[in-house]
Amino acid sequence: MSAGVPAAAVAISEGSVALGGRPVLRGIDLSVAPGDFVALMGANGSGKSTLVRALVGLRPLVAGEVRLFGTPLDDYDDWRRIGFVPQRATAASGIPASVWEVVAAGRLTRRRLLRPLSRADRAAIDDALEIVGLADRRRDAVSNLSGGQQQRVLIARALAGEPELFFLDEPTAGVDLPNQQVLADTLRRLKERGATIVLVAHELGPLAPLVDRAVVLRDGRVAYDGDPLRDHEVHQPWFAEPHTHHHHPARPVADHVPQVSSPVDRPRGDA
Amino acid sequence: MSPVELFAQPFMQRALIAALLTGLAAPAIGTFLVQRRLALMGDGIGHVAVTGVAIGLATGASPLWTAVLVAVLGSVLIEVIRERGQTNGDVALALLFYGGLAGGVFVSGLAGQSAAALNRYLFGSLTTISSGDVLITMGLAIAVVGLCLGLAPQLFAVAQDQEFARVAGLRVRGYNVLVAVLAAVSVTVAMRTVGLLLVSALMVVPVATSQQVTRSFRTTLVAAMALGTLASVGGLVAATFASYRVNVAPGPTIVLLALACYAIAWPIGIWLRRRARLREPFASGQAAPSHDACGAHPHAHGPGCGHLAVPHDDHVDYVHDGHRHAAHGAHYDEH
Repeated sequence: MSAGVPAAAVAISEGSVALGGRPVLRGIDLSVAPGDFVALMGANGSGKSTLVRALVGLRPLVAGEVRLFGTPLDDYDDWRRIGFVPQRATAASGIPASVWEVVAAGRLTRRRLLRPLSRADRAAIDDALEIVGLADRRRDAVSNLSGGQQQRVLIARALAGEPELFFLDEPTAGVDLPNQQVLADTLRRLKERGATIVLVAHELGPLAPLVDRAVVLRDGRVAYDGDPLRDHEVHQPWFAEPHTHHHHPARPVADHVPQVSSPVDRPRGDA
Repeated sequence: MSPVELFAQPFMQRALIAALLTGLAAPAIGTFLVQRRLALMGDGIGHVAVTGVAIGLATGASPLWTAVLVAVLGSVLIEVIRERGQTNGDVALALLFYGGLAGGVFVSGLAGQSAAALNRYLFGSLTTISSGDVLITMGLAIAVVGLCLGLAPQLFAVAQDQEFARVAGLRVRGYNVLVAVLAAVSVTVAMRTVGLLLVSALMVVPVATSQQVTRSFRTTLVAAMALGTLASVGGLVAATFASYRVNVAPGPTIVLLALACYAIAWPIGIWLRRRARLREPFASGQAAPSHDACGAHPHAHGPGCGHLAVPHDDHVDYVHDGHRHAAHGAHYDEH
């Protein structure tokens, strides 16, 4: 595969991830070229969120390798080039935080310790708020915003670091249509700036026209990789077994061999 | 002795300095603990520190230093247990808490120390602090406040969203351990002021009070530190004046004063939150269910009319006695 091509913004080769001994991703090969807008799709439990979390280093691989801008993940330290929007129902925490403060946290990738915000930092934060259309809410507590607005705050936080490569985990989940439209406009502007975008989505909705390439996962494997699909095509029986979206019956097979953490071989030779 | 003479006494001035620094340091680190929903961690560290104090009393070493040592070890252990054991972390913490308290009472008993000696640390004894202890307390408290404020952006990001912080390249585990160590240090700073069993109150109650009325993290942090200082210095002064008539301990007075502040702020917070909910814009596209004209309405709503204006799709509603009025021709509709 193209995993070894240094030009790839992010690449995973033979990547496998196990959660609690149960394989979630098996032998994933995927390479995203700079400037691409890739949508990772699939049913619930197909592993699409796990794949994004593995790509940014939040889930350790049991086999395979992830490379960011050609550098193996373990050695990668240029995090200012990466923007991550985690899947969250809310951007609030135990203490009130203003919209501006949450977005300013995204600037930490470019700030040195114990230094005040520079003029460039403030401009980037203002710019990020402007792009997602929340500049007038900057002083409001995040918890007072609607779910869709909080999702936009999380995207602005990633924007504030001015990254080149974005990972968005289900930014449209539970977001109403007008807010999805704002999200789509935001992502279009990012795409026009030349950003690489990897997006996890259950359904694309207004994002559909932006997608250059669709990758559909099924049971932890890549089931489709190619031109964008329409939403209903993703849920065809050959991508996701009908009626098994929400209940994966436990398979006792692996329990007999507890020492095997993953059914995937570990070919460590490829580079 | 008149109050002026009393406050001029060196022991009283040492007590005031200790109270001031405790009031600043404990809410500073407490804010980050509350943000991570670890409000009771200070309580746990306080229990563990009892063993440290007892070891100090038994061995003749300074109880302050042994408490710092054991509390830091305990807090790091709590952090490790919290990080590793997702499912039964609660139970593991409880084991550590009770182990710390029981160990402290046990060790001090073995050493033949009186209960009174340990009591000074359990419930505080501001007026018996030596000048050496005050200097150590000052140094530790200034370090806690300095690190909390200096690293506030990083600590905020880590407490707000650990996964995001990790992808932003922050050393999340390091910052978590730093928060735990700072919490342990401020527990030992506060133990002579309010006592190990009440220490968590000074870390949590001012924060809970200030977040009733604030909207941003920075104001919450600063207001909590101001409230903590008010409670600890005010409590000490109140206890001193009351001591002319009755026997009043400063530690509990400080905590009760902090709780009184909370009791005042709570209804204000409820009112502010209600107001914020009213201000929230309507979900778009949700038109008024039916044409529902309100009764006779002599007041003319408009910009600056004194009623809260809420955007609603293509028009503006005015909040009026718990209703929303929208202009419709010559009358107002209920929206």
